[in-house]
Amino acid sequence: MGKREVSEINAGSMADIAFLLLIFFLVTTTMDTDKGLIRKLPEIPPADQPPPPKIKQRNILEILVNANDQLLVGGEYMQVTELRERAKVFIRSEVGNPVMPEYKETEIPGLGVVEVSKQIISLQNDNGTSYEMYIKVQNELVAAYNELRNEFAQQKFNKPFTELAQKAGSSDAAKEKWRAVKAFYPQRISEAEPKKVGGPE
Amino acid sequence: MGKFRKKGSRSLPAVNTASLPDIVFMLLFFFMVTTVMRETSLKVENTTPKATEVSKLEKKSLVAYIYIGKPIKALQGAFGSAPRIQLNDAFKTIDDIPLFVEMEKDDRDEKERNKITWSLKVDVKTKMGIVTEVKQALRQVNALKLNYSANKTEVMTN
Repeated sequence: MGKREVSEINAGSMADIAFLLLIFFLVTTTMDTDKGLIRKLPEIPPADQPPPPKIKQRNILEILVNANDQLLVGGEYMQVTELRERAKVFIRSEVGNPVMPEYKETEIPGLGVVEVSKQIISLQNDNGTSYEMYIKVQNELVAAYNELRNEFAQQKFNKPFTELAQKAGSSDAAKEKWRAVKAFYPQRISEAEPKKVGGPE
Repeated sequence: MGKFRKKGSRSLPAVNTASLPDIVFMLLFFFMVTTVMRETSLKVENTTPKATEVSKLEKKSLVAYIYIGKPIKALQGAFGSAPRIQLNDAFKTIDDIPLFVEMEKDDRDEKERNKITWSLKVDVKTKMGIVTEVKQALRQVNALKLNYSANKTEVMTN
């Protein structure tokens, strides 16, 4: 028996195997990151907490959505497309107008003492409201705040709010400005408590 | 013309494919590293609504998902067509949410437990009743950071 030459392994099919694996990972991979509207729920108040102080009617914009997805904003029937403008007018408020929200002198770092509108938006929906409508309303309200903040940041710091928000992570100066804009137009969206809370299970 | 043709019968050298496996392997490793296996298979219909003001969720590992919607066609025979909650891989009820929250918290590092975002992936056709119930259940167990999952769109339609 002579020495047999060890034949080379044929690597021609290597590419095929690799392709197969590649296709498997291509199919199973999910690149999409989740996107959405980020909100915070209020904490459950402790049982012994005194009831919150009454808020003046003029400081509240009441938004009701019924089971037919119709909107009632501050007593007026409205389309969802009109909501953004209405909310902006309300949040901005107006000096000397008795039906618009009051102002409160507040000290904001970076801005000094300024007049901040005491606005609160109260949202109440029916159990039959569609989720699509609910998101639309939420979206319009967030958009109203964002637009106002953008305008204000542009006028005060010559930069849009979105840019400040991006830079807030890296620069302290931008962070202070970002905080100041947020404090000037605080996002106060309150969702009315549904009746089931605290009731029998 | 003839000048070129005379040399003619030389055949084109074959393209060297020896580096092909290397290229493919490179791609393969890229996808192997970036891939996140789909953890759950959807048992409910899930078309998330469109919104203009969406923001991205930063850390994927700190997001827990709650799906709400009608069972998919194949399961409607067994489960009916009323909206249901899906947690991980199974249909659950409101009463299972506290346990789910506890389990998800246990899976994370102790420091990060309070930073979990609860992403509600709710089908557009769902009514608010069930969503409100889920929100209240989350409130009771102090899971307050919510994300209403939505797709980005430029214009809102009425």
